[in-house]
Amino acid sequence: MTREASTRWLRVAVIGAAVAALEFLCRAGIVTRLTMIPPSEMAAALYQILADGRFFADMRFTAQNTAAAMALSIVTGFGLGALVHALPRLRRVLEPLFSAYYAVPTFVLYPLMIVAFGIGATSLIVVGAMFGVIAMVVNTLIGLDRVPASFAKTARVMRLGGLRTMLLVQLPAALPSLLTGIKLAVAYSVIGVIAGEFILATAGVGKRIAFAYNDFDTRTMYALLLLIIGTVMVLNAFLHHWEQRLHRRWGRA
Amino acid sequence: MNGARAESRRGDCLWLALGLVVAWHALFLLAGADALAAPAATLRRAAQLLASERFWADATETGKAFGLACLLAMLGGLALGLWLGFHRRAGEVADPILGSLYSIPKITLYPVILLIFGLGLSAKVAFGAIHGLFPVAIFTMNGIRQVPAVHLKTARMFNLSPWATVSTVLMPCAAAEIAAGLRIGFSTTLLGTLIGELFASSSGVGFILIRAMDTHEVVDIMALTFLLFAFAAAANAVLHALERRLG
Repeated sequence: MTREASTRWLRVAVIGAAVAALEFLCRAGIVTRLTMIPPSEMAAALYQILADGRFFADMRFTAQNTAAAMALSIVTGFGLGALVHALPRLRRVLEPLFSAYYAVPTFVLYPLMIVAFGIGATSLIVVGAMFGVIAMVVNTLIGLDRVPASFAKTARVMRLGGLRTMLLVQLPAALPSLLTGIKLAVAYSVIGVIAGEFILATAGVGKRIAFAYNDFDTRTMYALLLLIIGTVMVLNAFLHHWEQRLHRRWGRA
Repeated sequence: MNGARAESRRGDCLWLALGLVVAWHALFLLAGADALAAPAATLRRAAQLLASERFWADATETGKAFGLACLLAMLGGLALGLWLGFHRRAGEVADPILGSLYSIPKITLYPVILLIFGLGLSAKVAFGAIHGLFPVAIFTMNGIRQVPAVHLKTARMFNLSPWATVSTVLMPCAAAEIAAGLRIGFSTTLLGTLIGELFASSSGVGFILIRAMDTHEVVDIMALTFLLFAFAAAANAVLHALERRLG
């Protein structure tokens, strides 16, 4: 067995052992049923929910809003990042603010968005995008910084125009960092949308989780938690894999 | 030369602040007082808050929770990162697991934290700590991994004890990475503590914020957010300066 394969098996074993330990703690009553249900029951409850389609409307609502928030934060973040990159003086004063941005739960401004956009999808999309956009801006800056100067020179020698230089030279060269930005923007958009749904929403998985918690319905609550966390983990693993491949191709581990 | 640059930077900061205030006020005129507070009103309320004793009582509550959470996240993250960076195999096994744990939307876990810890200090601390632990661990691990093997060989040749190896070889060599990890851990722990207060507490700045949200006190929401952001930006600037001195 190669070293990589055995590492992978070891990882599966570690995760398996952690889940088994949790299962044991719950089954033995050391963790009470009101606090947590065993992982096997979470999975069973999730299967039930998916089979009877009870929350499909909420799932669609949350999925659509998160997807829109992700797209909005990625596109706006890239645009703003490119703009700030072109203005080094602005960048110098903005950069310290970027690193403080993620210390503050900006989604507390969500109620103000409800006033502006009404309660519903638009407010949730805006709040999700607002939380994700800065991660994309920061990584766009890093990506454009890493484009070697010789690339720009070559583009000039080839007499590429501004737009073609951007699309054919800078964008591909900055891609690994852009993907890091996309990965983070996705994670933060989900947090923004779910937080909004916790605070106030007409539908959505976050709202259902809050309801289930208030009703002591731990089965539904843990099933939906498993759904969200599982989905985000799969999405993240996929983006991470793609990002690593690009980094390797560009020769930076 | 350096002084002139610092001065031009201060000038740029002023221009930026002015631009932001103008944009903010324009947005206020556009959106109305129900959706946004004017910059002047927000700053006035922020000053009032800073002068009131009740605000400081809540700020102290938050500070206590944040301090404890920071301590847990940083010590835990450092220990975990050191161990995983030192033992290559353990690090390889744990790397993607840490990455996934870092990326999951931990805000969804607030009901779980509430069920385990109940409403109070320990819930906030736990929430803050799970936010900060993983970035500190990941950055520390990567920093330790990049220490050249020859350094470690030299440490062995000098018969350094494990503790001396960590404190005189590994830590100084990985100082820049570790400092970056601690700075990011600081930010995420603050975010986590505040989220904990929003959803799982009955005191602290996060709690008065959620109460202002419930009663739709627009000026309060904006003034509190402004103060939090000012605090985070100031703390970040200090940590950045420390980091540059190390790197």
